Amino acid sequence: MTKETPKIVTRARRRDEAAVKEFAFRQEMVRSAGMSEFIRNYRLQAWQTYQSLPMPTVKEEAWRRTDLRGLEADLFRLPQNEAYLDLAPLPEELMRPIADGEHGGQIILMPGGSQVNLSTELAQKGVVFTDLRTAEEKYPQILEKVLNKVVKPTEGKFAALAAALADTGVLLYIPRNVEIDQPLHSLLWGPGVHLAHISHIIVWLEEGARATYVHEYASPTEAGQTLHVGLVEVHVGAGANLRFVELQSWGENVWNFTHERSQVDADGNLDWIFGAMGGQLTKNFADLDLIGRGASGRMSGFYFTDGQQHLDYDSQQNHLAPNTTSDLLFKGALIDRSRVVWQGMIYVAPGAMKTDGYQANRNLVLSRDARADSIPGLEILADDVRCTHGATVGKIDPDQVFYLRARGIPKVEAERLIVEGFFDPIMQRIPFEGVRERFQEAITRKMEVYHG
Amino acid sequence: MSDELIIRNLRVSIEGKEILKGVNLTLPKGEVHAIMGPNGTGKSTLAYTLMGHPAYEVTDGEVIFKGQNILELEPDERSRLGIFLAFQYPVAIPGVTVANFLRTAVNARRRAQNPEDKGIPIPEFRKLLKAKMELLKVDPSFAGRYLNDGFSGGEKKRAEILQMAVLQPEIAILDETDSGLDIDALRIVAEGVNALRGENLGVLVITHYQRILNYIRPDVVHVMMDGRIVETGDADLALHLEEHGYDWVREKVDNGTPA
Repeated sequence: MTKETPKIVTRARRRDEAAVKEFAFRQEMVRSAGMSEFIRNYRLQAWQTYQSLPMPTVKEEAWRRTDLRGLEADLFRLPQNEAYLDLAPLPEELMRPIADGEHGGQIILMPGGSQVNLSTELAQKGVVFTDLRTAEEKYPQILEKVLNKVVKPTEGKFAALAAALADTGVLLYIPRNVEIDQPLHSLLWGPGVHLAHISHIIVWLEEGARATYVHEYASPTEAGQTLHVGLVEVHVGAGANLRFVELQSWGENVWNFTHERSQVDADGNLDWIFGAMGGQLTKNFADLDLIGRGASGRMSGFYFTDGQQHLDYDSQQNHLAPNTTSDLLFKGALIDRSRVVWQGMIYVAPGAMKTDGYQANRNLVLSRDARADSIPGLEILADDVRCTHGATVGKIDPDQVFYLRARGIPKVEAERLIVEGFFDPIMQRIPFEGVRERFQEAITRKMEVYHG
Repeated sequence: MSDELIIRNLRVSIEGKEILKGVNLTLPKGEVHAIMGPNGTGKSTLAYTLMGHPAYEVTDGEVIFKGQNILELEPDERSRLGIFLAFQYPVAIPGVTVANFLRTAVNARRRAQNPEDKGIPIPEFRKLLKAKMELLKVDPSFAGRYLNDGFSGGEKKRAEILQMAVLQPEIAILDETDSGLDIDALRIVAEGVNALRGENLGVLVITHYQRILNYIRPDVVHVMMDGRIVETGDADLALHLEEHGYDWVREKVDNGTPA
């Protein structure tokens, strides 16, 4: 006998629920007191831009596949000074060195505070590697030189928000011809339900400089939403060489919005690596601008999404000068109901002859309900160029699984081996054993959950 | 008594079509048996069925090894029990090196024995792999290459034999291992198999041509036709088939003489 349960019908105010909410940030939150006039103006103008732009909706092309209606935008607040004292502490293993050798410097950014270490040797060479607030205080002349040069706050709602309200971040400045062997490492630890972490990372290599820099974002999984909005600006001067690794292992309820651009001048070279593990939703704009003759850049991405994760990459490889080379490879695996979007564009400006552009996105979709969209694009306005692109969405081949099982390897392990093999070419691009290991551990963990 | 592989009345269908129509065969350890026959008679179906490929549906019969009906086991369990199939078409696993793959396979065996096992220590594994590669005259660079990815036909077959050497099965099924090999490659592969022959290994050589049997001399030769073993004899049977073809066997079968 079934017990009759009363059915309550409520007519929800659907129109309200369906709208993308606005943030509750206010102009007083723009940090301008004690700043140089340049910085103050930069921030206030960014704030005005932010206010003039609506929250993006799926009606905008760039946001067509990423819906912000679930974002509890009105609830986010900025962390107070020393807010980290009352929040989840930074786990030991994240402090573990990711490089095989010694770090040249390390910065830990926490809500309302930071720790900075830089070797004396590098400081004496004129290298600046510090948190944003110290940079504002001690190096305003450098900030004035670099702010507003790479990403314009007018490029989007979130770019403007980050420019106006960033209260954490990193300035890395390497003077002319200074070459650094030991990697630099920074970590943004972003815990706290309904806390907004707004960061601004600035990397500026003068002519002939060389460095390796690893920046990580991480947070615990907590019971409510957390926000990160970031701006990443990179300048690689003529003949300079940068290897830049960005890793995110956000908690499961983090909404993450980043605008990033790297510009590379004549004969400079950038090796740019993105690794994504966590977060609820990520929308990332990453542009590579090759601005000087002979500049080259490589963008490598890897990700493994699970649960209801949503990852949306929007990449541009802009060949703005002749004889430039770009190479993009993003590879990812998807399980559960997760979704990945990659939309990439190679643009070759008029006159940028003899350029060589390549882009590829390869996805391994392991669950029926997961979905990957790859949208490559070319826009070529110059003659005598070579541009190629490719995108694939595949599954694990049952013949591969059978072959491995025929050698005594159980099914779960066989699938893990195939997934690891899929990532191997991109792992080969990562210069640190520690980073590779961490990603491999994450694959194993996610595959275990996937197999129940 | 359990040191043999016993196939009894094995019937197998694929997509509803019966391919094996009651195969009987006993392969003792220490012996090499060949199965010969024209194309499309079910030789490869037998190989895949013994290994447990999911596309092959067993409708009747049993295959006994070490007191178990292996048809009830998963493919990886069969492998760990000591059955090995050298594939006619080895599958490429991009991004997984031969060494990584073999170490995973060795560790899967160890863990099946002892769930607490931490895996073979890397130096010990390197030593093992190096010894087997020297035994089979395989180039050391093999270990670092992605498994079967971009391998030539000959390299693939040598990789199969290398796997067999490392995993040390008790029953090895070589499915058309000679196909697509020139005479030099065939000789190298056959030498590898001969190097692994011994009283602890039973080998089933499945082949269309007699050629490979010049190098791997069988103790027993079976002829398969239309899903059944129809003739069994010694090594001379293979030579006879080479000379006279399969027609006389077919006539014999058609005349109703049971095998």
